[in-house]
Amino acid sequence: MNEALLRSLTPSVLGILVRRGADFAAAEDAVQDALVEAVRVWPADPPRDAKGWLVTVAWRKFLDATRADAARRRREDLVDEEPAPGPAPTVDDTLQLYFLCAHPSLTPSSAVALTLRAVGGLTTRQIAQAYLVPEATMAQRVSRAKRTVSAVRFDQPGDVTTVLRVLYLVFNEGYSGDVDLAAEAIRLTRQLAAAIDHPEVAGLLALMLLHHARRAARTAPDGSLVPLAEQDRGRWDTELIAEGVEILQAALARDRLGEFQAQAAIAALHADAPTAEETDWVQIVEWYDELARLTDSPVVRLNRAVAVGEADGPRAGLAALAALDDSLPRHAAVAAYLHERDGDLATAARLYAEAAHKAPNLAERDHLTRQAARLNARRCH
Amino acid sequence: MAKYLLLKHYRGAPAAVNDVPMDKWTPEEISAHLRYMNEFAARLEKTGEFVDGQALAPEGTFVRYDGEGRPPVTDGPFAETKDLIAGWMVIDVDSYERAIELAGELSAAPGAGGKPIHEWLEVRPFLAATPTITECPHR
Repeated sequence: MNEALLRSLTPSVLGILVRRGADFAAAEDAVQDALVEAVRVWPADPPRDAKGWLVTVAWRKFLDATRADAARRRREDLVDEEPAPGPAPTVDDTLQLYFLCAHPSLTPSSAVALTLRAVGGLTTRQIAQAYLVPEATMAQRVSRAKRTVSAVRFDQPGDVTTVLRVLYLVFNEGYSGDVDLAAEAIRLTRQLAAAIDHPEVAGLLALMLLHHARRAARTAPDGSLVPLAEQDRGRWDTELIAEGVEILQAALARDRLGEFQAQAAIAALHADAPTAEETDWVQIVEWYDELARLTDSPVVRLNRAVAVGEADGPRAGLAALAALDDSLPRHAAVAAYLHERDGDLATAARLYAEAAHKAPNLAERDHLTRQAARLNARRCH
Repeated sequence: MAKYLLLKHYRGAPAAVNDVPMDKWTPEEISAHLRYMNEFAARLEKTGEFVDGQALAPEGTFVRYDGEGRPPVTDGPFAETKDLIAGWMVIDVDSYERAIELAGELSAAPGAGGKPIHEWLEVRPFLAATPTITECPHR
C-alpha cells in the first residue's frame, strides 16, 4: 500500500468533511480513523478511487461518532442530510488547513503536532514516537490544540509566515524513530508551495532541499557529526541541490527577499563549492548581512562572524565576534574555531572544552569534546 | 521484573580509577568510549532490558515557589553543589544481581589509554507499583 499517497490525501479529505458541515475537531478524528482503517483494509482490498474511499469512510466515521454523541439531538438535522459527493476546491482547503493548524493562538509544539496529524496524516502514535513522548501525552496535545482553534473560522485567511515557522521546526527536528520528520517537512512544504504562490514558501523549500541534500555526508558511520568543511561532497545529493537552486533562483527573481530565501542562498553557495576551499565566503558574508538586516538576530551575527573569519581571516572573524554577547548559544564554539584558525591552540582547546560543556545536544557535545581532545593531543605530542 | 536507575554523576560519586577528563583523551579514545556506550544500550534493547537512557546538561537552576501571585524564585547553578547528575539509564531486569552486573559492565567503558574508567555508578531501585495480589504465600 502506498502510505505516501494515503497521507497526501489527508488534507483534502478533511477539507471536504469540514465543508460538508462537520466541525473541525470531529472531522479530524474521523479522518484519522479512516486512515487507520485504510492501513488495515487496503493491502488486501485496494480501492479504485482512493480519495473517494477515504471521504466515504471518514464521513461514515464522523456520522457514527456524531450519532453516538450525547449531543445527538442537536445534530440530527446534519445527520439526516446525506451530502452529494461532488468535487470540492481541494487546493484552498489544503491551504486553509495549514493556516488553521499553525494558528497564532497555538503554542509551537501544539501547532507542530496538529499540522503533522491533520495535514500530514501521521497517526498520534507516530508523532509521539518521533518526539519521544508518551502516546497519551501527544493525544492530549492534539485534542487541546483542536479545542484552542475550535472557534477559528475555517475560511478565515491566515498568515503564511506562521505556517513556515511550524514547517521549519518540523524539519529541524531531523528524524528519530520510524518517521523521517525532515522528509515529512519537505513533503508538507512542497504541498504548501503547490497551494500558494509565495517567495518565502519557495525559499523555505529550497533551504530544506539544500540541507537535506547533505544528509548522508553529515554523519559518520558511528553517528558522529561531520562538519561541513570535512564532508565528502561526493555524497551530497546533486538532484536535490539542483532542484533547490532552481526553486531558489525563481524565488529570488521576484525580488521579495525574506529570511528563508537568504538562508537558502547561503546553503546554495556552500552546495556550489566543489571543495570547502573554493567556497565563496565573500558572497556568503554579504548574504549574512542581508539576513542580519532582515532578522536582527544575534545568532545570525554569530554565524556571520564565522563567515567573516573565512573571507577576511580569523582576526577579522574574532573582531566581529568581539561585538557579540558571549552568553549566546555556540559563542564558545565559534570562538574556539576562530582561535584555532588563528593558531592559538591552547585557547582554542580551552574554548572547545567550554563549548562542549554548554552544548545543547549530545552529538554536538561529543563533536566539541573531540575537537578539544584533538588539539590537546597535538599540543602534548 | 523490576526497574533500576543507573545514575552517572558529574560530581558526587567517589573518584573513578581511571579518572581523566574527556577532553584530555585522544579523539580515538572518545570514539571507542561512545561506541561502547551505544553498543551497551543496543545490547540491552535486544535482551528486552532497556527502558530509557538520557544525558543531562551540566548546569541547572534551582527553583522554588515564592508565594501567591509572585513569580518563582530561581537560583544557581551552584559551583559548590556536591551532587551533580550527568545522566541515567533505566533498566528493567529480573533481579538486583542482574542490575549490579549490568552497572558493572557499564562502568567498564573504556576511557583514557583505552583502559576501563572503573567509574562509580549509582544503582537505585524504583519503588514498584502495589501488587494486585497482596496475600502472597511466598512472603
